[in-house]
Amino acid sequence: MDLDLTADQEALRGVFADFFASEAGPDRARAAEPSGVDSHAWERLLETGAPGMGLPESLGGGGASLADLAVVAEELGATIAPLPLIEHAVSARLLASIGACPDPVVEGTEIATLALHPAQAGTSRLVPAGAVARHVVALDGGRLVLASGDAPGTALGNHGCLPLAHRQLDGAAVLLEGPEAHAAHARALDEWRTLTATALVGIARTALDLGVAYAKERQQFGQPIGAFQAVQHLLADLPGLVDGARLLAAKAAWAGDTDPSGTDGIVNLNDNDITDFATLAGMSLVVAGEAATTATDRSLHVHGGYGFAEEYDIQLFYRRARAWSLVLDDPARECRRIADLLLGAA
Amino acid sequence: MDFSLSPRAAEFRTEVMAFLDSHLTGEVIDTMHRTGTFNDKHFNAALADAGLLAGAVPGYGDRDPIELYVLFNELEKAGAPYDGLAVTMLVAGVINAVGTDFHREQVLDRLLTGRFNCCLGYSEPDHGSDVAAITTRAVQDGDEWVINGQKMWTTMAHEADWVILLTRTEPDVPKHKGLTMFLVPMDTPGIEVQAVPTMASERTNATFYDEVRIGDEWRLGDVNGGWSVMGVALAFERGVMGGTNPAVPLLRHVRGWATDAPSPDGGRMIDDPLLRERIARTAIANQVSQLLTLRAAWIAATGGLPGLEGSMAKLYATDRYQQAVGWFQQMAGADGLLGFGTDGAAAGGWIDYDARHSPVTTIYGGTTEINRNNVAERHLGLPRAR
Repeated sequence: MDLDLTADQEALRGVFADFFASEAGPDRARAAEPSGVDSHAWERLLETGAPGMGLPESLGGGGASLADLAVVAEELGATIAPLPLIEHAVSARLLASIGACPDPVVEGTEIATLALHPAQAGTSRLVPAGAVARHVVALDGGRLVLASGDAPGTALGNHGCLPLAHRQLDGAAVLLEGPEAHAAHARALDEWRTLTATALVGIARTALDLGVAYAKERQQFGQPIGAFQAVQHLLADLPGLVDGARLLAAKAAWAGDTDPSGTDGIVNLNDNDITDFATLAGMSLVVAGEAATTATDRSLHVHGGYGFAEEYDIQLFYRRARAWSLVLDDPARECRRIADLLLGAA
Repeated sequence: MDFSLSPRAAEFRTEVMAFLDSHLTGEVIDTMHRTGTFNDKHFNAALADAGLLAGAVPGYGDRDPIELYVLFNELEKAGAPYDGLAVTMLVAGVINAVGTDFHREQVLDRLLTGRFNCCLGYSEPDHGSDVAAITTRAVQDGDEWVINGQKMWTTMAHEADWVILLTRTEPDVPKHKGLTMFLVPMDTPGIEVQAVPTMASERTNATFYDEVRIGDEWRLGDVNGGWSVMGVALAFERGVMGGTNPAVPLLRHVRGWATDAPSPDGGRMIDDPLLRERIARTAIANQVSQLLTLRAAWIAATGGLPGLEGSMAKLYATDRYQQAVGWFQQMAGADGLLGFGTDGAAAGGWIDYDARHSPVTTIYGGTTEINRNNVAERHLGLPRAR
């Protein structure tokens, strides 16, 4: 049992908190709308080694664990950095696990991503980072494929200004077939769930900070609105929700690191004893999505009319909280999928 | 981070689970719900005799707060009578922190045999959340104190050997500065216990103190230092000792019911998509509640004071428990209205029980509003609002 970050992880957090704040913070996210990617910031990110951080050192990567990547992902979410780092990291790890990761992907000079849903008629719809990724890893008719080619460069206009695009899989290379293809994609998708959950925790954290800061500063009726209990209680439920979501995502990352084969985890609903990575990854995305949605909703409300105005940052966080948590699926459907893991299929 | 229990804590958990397997019989659970007293002296004594109690007293035993969490989490998940045990551990911890040798010999050593009990005398009919405003008076008379007043919600007073009693000893100073805590033997003349039945099966009490005379040796902490003793007690109470995973047995009972219960469309309830979604949501909340509780224990185990983190765990867990109870009571339909021992009751009456019990969980042990005040002021740094 150890619920603290390691000293190395604390240092990592500090480095990336500083990097995102100076190179890719909310101002840059605002400026990067509607495409959702700041290519100059991505160039700078290459210097940190972050794109290949989660790959084995033997490939020239940083050898980081999923738990380490989660530390970075929270800071990315906390600054809504317009960088496709999570998609790149999980798809590169998948490619590396089967010995198919191109060197430019390790370096990050070429961006890779993961199609979340199986392709339909040779097209992967709404691929996150699909607007900027050269390489798309996708499930297509039971095969895991890698489609490489020029990125469209423009995103489908969307709620959270995510770099979403539909991608054709014409001429894609087949990486795996059958159960292995599904297993590899499922593992990568669970890593995506875990890191996206952690990024959503970052969104929730900053949304809460913004709401609290505004409540201390904004004066009405001769006092800060944060002195009113009705306002306080909107905010006071949030630290537990945010911290709980962070702990669950961290537990998912721990499970993913300690049980890479995904075969040793426990799923005991009756005893509330769950160490299975897939189950925890799904759970963490649901909770973190709720935390980010609730925190941005309440924080925006505390801002009053200004929260609705483009000028204030909270609206940037509000829209990304929804986009990041819904781009995979309706949380209710995710819950029914989790129920299958807990209870067996209906 | 590492979410696995240490080998020592895991072994302790195995011991606690084995104890529950052999000692938590259907009869023990039936008795607690029939009598409304969530305290079983035979069960407690067996737990102490098995060596599972004393070690977990905060600051006293050789077990750390993670193991205290393990003990109460297993008791709570299993649906065991643990309310009396929680008070035992709390009072034992307070005595260990601020008590005298006399208190240790007379009370602590006996509590740890599992054969004696304490109850908490804080709230009064007119003073609940504003507990520092209590008016039960203690007046010094030579080497003795004379106590007059009334306490409310003194659960288990009818079985307790002592009450830990918050009194006013100095009326003319700010309210927090005129309080003194006592341990009072319940067989002292002048104490009367009156049952207060509740809408759930649990019984609580009002207690009356009429010219109750005790020696100064029963004072716990300094004269007019009662508020700091309260602080020690509350730090033990919130978070770690049960009350933050009540939806675990609920979900187990719901799953058992749904596996057999027919659904109106001809299938089984366990295959109903909405029920499955809600089971998953409750299972997720149970994981989060457990982690928030574990975090409070972790902070205590690493030398911190997890008061606020305990408040966060209680806020989250009790809110989600009530939400889950509402869902499952609705989905069980009319069968969910039937109580224990009734033919056709959904989940053998557990859904009715949880619907009766759950409202109190956002009230006792610090209301949701008081906990939100704590978080708002002390964690978020917002101005004091009252």
